[in-house]
Amino acid sequence: MKTINQEEVQKYIDQFANEPVYIHLETTNGAYAKHFDKTAHNVGAYIRNAQIKYERGKIIKSDDFDTYRVGLKTGGWVYAEGLTDYEFNDEGQLLLAGHDQQGRLMVALQISPKPFRM
Amino acid sequence: MDYSQHKHVVIIYPHPDDESFGTSGTILNFREAGVPVTYLCGTLGEMGRNMGSPFFANRETLPEIRKQELIDACNVLDMNLEMLGYRDKTVEFESRDDIAQRLKQFIVDLGATLVITFYPPYAVHPDHNAMGAAAFEAVKGIEPENRPELWATAIINNRNEVLGEPDIVVDTESVFEKKLEAIKAHRSQAEGMLSKMRESSDFIGEYESALQRLQFESFYRIDVDELDE
Repeated sequence: MKTINQEEVQKYIDQFANEPVYIHLETTNGAYAKHFDKTAHNVGAYIRNAQIKYERGKIIKSDDFDTYRVGLKTGGWVYAEGLTDYEFNDEGQLLLAGHDQQGRLMVALQISPKPFRM
Repeated sequence: MDYSQHKHVVIIYPHPDDESFGTSGTILNFREAGVPVTYLCGTLGEMGRNMGSPFFANRETLPEIRKQELIDACNVLDMNLEMLGYRDKTVEFESRDDIAQRLKQFIVDLGATLVITFYPPYAVHPDHNAMGAAAFEAVKGIEPENRPELWATAIINNRNEVLGEPDIVVDTESVFEKKLEAIKAHRSQAEGMLSKMRESSDFIGEYESALQRLQFESFYRIDVDELDE
């Protein structure tokens, strides 16, 4: 993956608009957050292979830091923040993720024309 | 301990690397004694979050990378490998009975005389506890006269307070070079631990510092008839 290029990513988001797509949406602070810090607790959620259709999608740069937010308007909403890196892979999937300084994934939003591999 | 008294050892953990960090010294001791060892690995650690810096993986490529690391580590340990195909973070939502049935079949078919798994609910990660619980159930499902021994790994921080001293403590020093090699085969997982170790104030060299932290592997001996349901 490489650092997000807002225009490039917007182009891919537009390309998937108004057609059925599969998403992977995830956030996590790691399975050992509490193990290493008693005052923390483990937080995470993921959805893999939910099918959606969005009429518009936008990527917006945060004011204070080099992270991005993405919102997809579906009839409801799909939302992710803290995104830093992207890749459009050989399978035609748009991968967006937010990583910390050590390269640990903290959030991901991925869009694919076919189901993600299980 | 006389390792050669066992006929076949079956290791049951959910993630690629669980076997190398916690139990590889014990595995190596069994292999040196000529005892076959099989690892039933529940998942491919698909939801791991170390993507490297610089990146070596993303969410979609990580499973294949971790699968290859697992194969490499099992080669270092000269251990058979069966990948069970569950998905990281979801083992506890599967049918425990179905998992236990599959595990039991492997245990019986392989003629295992010892099963090593995680000790639920003292194993921190939900997959660890779920895989351990299914393994306990599998062993319990075997008639007493054919039951293998059962050793379990606890990793909660206060395990000795809660469970007492472990029943079995294996000194891995004589095989530690290989243990470290197995851990390092899991490149995506080991690098974080190794770099933290290198930066720590008490760092005295990779081998020496790793030995300090990982020399002893401990297990509790489980009698499945004495477990509460």
